[in-house]
Amino acid sequence: MFQKKPKQPPGISTASLPDIIFMLLFFFMVTTVIKKTQGIPLVTPAAYQTKKIESKRHLAYIWADEKGTITVDDMLVSPKNLGQISKLIRTRLDEDNRLIVSLKIDKRAKMGLVTDIQEQLRDAYAVRVNYSTRFKGGGG
Amino acid sequence: MLLEKKKKHGYEINSSSMADIAFLLLIFFLVTTTMDMDKGIPMVLPERGGELKINPKNIAKILVNASGEVLFDGKGVSDLELKELLATRIKERGVDADGKPKLLVSIKTDRETEYDRYITILDLVKDAGATKISIAEPEKD
Repeated sequence: MFQKKPKQPPGISTASLPDIIFMLLFFFMVTTVIKKTQGIPLVTPAAYQTKKIESKRHLAYIWADEKGTITVDDMLVSPKNLGQISKLIRTRLDEDNRLIVSLKIDKRAKMGLVTDIQEQLRDAYAVRVNYSTRFKGGGG
Repeated sequence: MLLEKKKKHGYEINSSSMADIAFLLLIFFLVTTTMDMDKGIPMVLPERGGELKINPKNIAKILVNASGEVLFDGKGVSDLELKELLATRIKERGVDADGKPKLLVSIKTDRETEYDRYITILDLVKDAGATKISIAEPEKD
């Protein structure tokens, strides 16, 4: 009379799985900024007033270590020919007028070097800079 | 009839591997995404040629020598003293119409001063609440 129905496990529908994955994929595709510069090994100073840079897309990087090695977006600049910095930055600024120059300078570097770089930036009218620092005190 | 029309089958691309492809792409972007935020102290360098006349009362001068010692308005001070002195000076001078402190802090370093020391001072000055900061050019020797 009352026949037992064969039990079937109710499966979760996976039909929308690709859609979910695609959505995640698009999120990462849009937010990803692929690193363009390699840089040189150095230790940046630490500070309390460290702030995040709002946009990574409008950045030019200048790296300088304590020995006076300077690179502008991975292009080596000879210390005797610092005028190159302003030329390189000028071309970047022409492409993007919201450019911020991130100065990644080793903490042992001398201010003379820093000033020379800043003078070059002023020549190129790139006045918005950011001294790259680590956050002092716990956490980061 | 002999030539019976075959029933048309709806041919479809097998989409069962779509999820796998999407996963693969997803993992690629997950791996390449760099979440390390660029952090730092924002500054605006002075533009060339633009000289402003400022009431000398509204300027605080900080001098840092090659060995990192600080001179604030002609007096040698420690880092802690500097911060306190600056904070009181900022309060004394009051704020502009736009709500920013009137006091302009000028930082001058020696060419031999370490960059780390300069950042520490700049950090202190910002911590004290100053928003107008000017970087004076060190004298060439």
